[in-house]
Amino acid sequence: MKRAFVKRSWLGAALVVAVLSTGCASGPNANPKDPLEPMNRSISRFNDSLDENVLKPVATSYQDVTPDLVQKGVRNVFNNLSDIWSAVNNGLQLKGRDTAESLMRSVVNTVFGIYGIFDVATPIGLERHSEDFGQTLGVWGVPNGPYVVLPLFGPSTLRDTAGMPVDTSADFVRNLDHIPTRNSAMTLRIVDKRANLLGTSNLLSEAAIDKYSFTRDAYLQYRRNQVFDGNPPDEEDLPDPSAEPAVPSAK
Amino acid sequence: MNRFLSRRTWSTLTLSFVFALGMGGAVSASEEPADAFIKRVSSDILDAIKSDKSIHNGDVNKIIVLVDQRVMPNVNFLRMTASASAQVGAKPAEQQKRLQEEFKILLVRTYSGALGQVSDQTIAVKPLRAAADDKEVLVRTEVRGKGDPIQLDYRVEKTADGAWKVYNMNVMGIWLVENYKTQFAQEINAKGVDGLIASLADRNKTNARASK
Repeated sequence: MKRAFVKRSWLGAALVVAVLSTGCASGPNANPKDPLEPMNRSISRFNDSLDENVLKPVATSYQDVTPDLVQKGVRNVFNNLSDIWSAVNNGLQLKGRDTAESLMRSVVNTVFGIYGIFDVATPIGLERHSEDFGQTLGVWGVPNGPYVVLPLFGPSTLRDTAGMPVDTSADFVRNLDHIPTRNSAMTLRIVDKRANLLGTSNLLSEAAIDKYSFTRDAYLQYRRNQVFDGNPPDEEDLPDPSAEPAVPSAK
Repeated sequence: MNRFLSRRTWSTLTLSFVFALGMGGAVSASEEPADAFIKRVSSDILDAIKSDKSIHNGDVNKIIVLVDQRVMPNVNFLRMTASASAQVGAKPAEQQKRLQEEFKILLVRTYSGALGQVSDQTIAVKPLRAAADDKEVLVRTEVRGKGDPIQLDYRVEKTADGAWKVYNMNVMGIWLVENYKTQFAQEINAKGVDGLIASLADRNKTNARASK
C-alpha cells in the first residue's frame, strides 16, 4: 500500500516536471497565472468530452432514478468521512474552534446519525468547515503556482496538485481493504459529486463566452476565497469607471 | 425644582423631536441600511419564485420577466459593464449601449437559471461591518437550503438620491465583474469591442434556443 503510494507520487512528480518543461508556450496575450494554457486547454477538451459522454449521463440518471432521501444519505456519509480529514487540516491551520467543531461533527453524526447517513450536527449548530491539504498549504503562505488542468480531476493549481497525494493517503474510502467495496464506493462518490454539480455546470456553459478561461478564473477566485475562509482581502480597489467623465481614450 | 421641571420638559421635547425625525427617516428609503436593502430585495424575489407554480416546472422565461421587474432596478448595470470592460476605457456611446444591452441579457438569463433551482432556500444576512455614512458597502449573505450554505456577497453603493444599488456580487467567492473582465479582455484583444458584442449576442442566441 505504502509502496504503491510512493510510486504514484513519483509518477505524479515526474508528470508535473514533464508538463512544466514542455507546456511553457506563451502567446502575446498569455495570462501570467496560466503559463500552461495551450496544454491545459487540450486537457480540458479531453475532460469535457469524457464528461459529456460518460460521467454526465451517468450522474443525470443517478439523479433521476435514485430517491432524494437516498441521495441525501449518500452525500451525508461521504461528507461525514471528509469531516474527519477537515478536522486534521483545521488543526494544522491552528484553527482551534473549527478543529473541535469538525471533530464533534463526525462524532455526533457517526453515533447519532448512524454512520453519517443523517446529518444531525448541522441543526444543532455544528457547521462544516471543509479544509483540504491544498488549503492548509495556502494558509501557511505557499503560493498557487501556475494553474493546471489535471486529466480526469479537472481544474487545479500546482500547489493544490502537490497537496493531493496527502489528501489521498488519508482518504478513508481509498484505503478500504476490500477492493470491490473500495471501487464501488469510489465510483459512487464520483457520481454523487457530479450529480451535485449538474445545475452548476449547465449554468457555467450558459454564462461563459469562453468556458475554459471562465472556469479557470472562477476556480482561482474560489480557492483563494477558501484559503481565506470566505473573507479574502481586496486584491485591488474596484473603481467606478462609469462615474468618470467620458473622455475619448488615447487608443 | 422649577428649573428641573423645565429642563425635563425641554429634554422630552428634544427627544420626541429626534424620535420623530428618526421615524421619518426609517420610512424613507434613504435611511435604509445596506443589509436591510439586500434582505428586502432577495426575500422579495425568493417569495415571488416560491409562490409561482409554473416556475417550478422550469419556465425560465417567466423568471426572466420577474428578474427584469424586481431585481434589475436595484442594479447599477452601467457601472458593472464599465468595470468589466475597463481596459478599453470610454467607448462611443452607441457601442457602450449595445455592449451593455447584450451583457444584461446574458446576466439576467444566467441569474434566472440559478433562481430556477430555488426550492426551499432562505437568505441569511450576516452582520454588517460598515460605518453609517459609508457610500460603498459589502453585504455578506448566506443561502441556506439542502446542502452546505452557499456564500453570496454583494457590493452596494449609495446613489445620489439615497437608494442602494448593487454593482458587483460573488457566489462562493467568485466575483462576477472580475470573472467577466478576463472574458471581455480576451474577446477585445482578439476581435475588438464589436467582436465582443457579437460573441455576447451569439451566446445569448444559443441560450435562448436552449430554453425553448
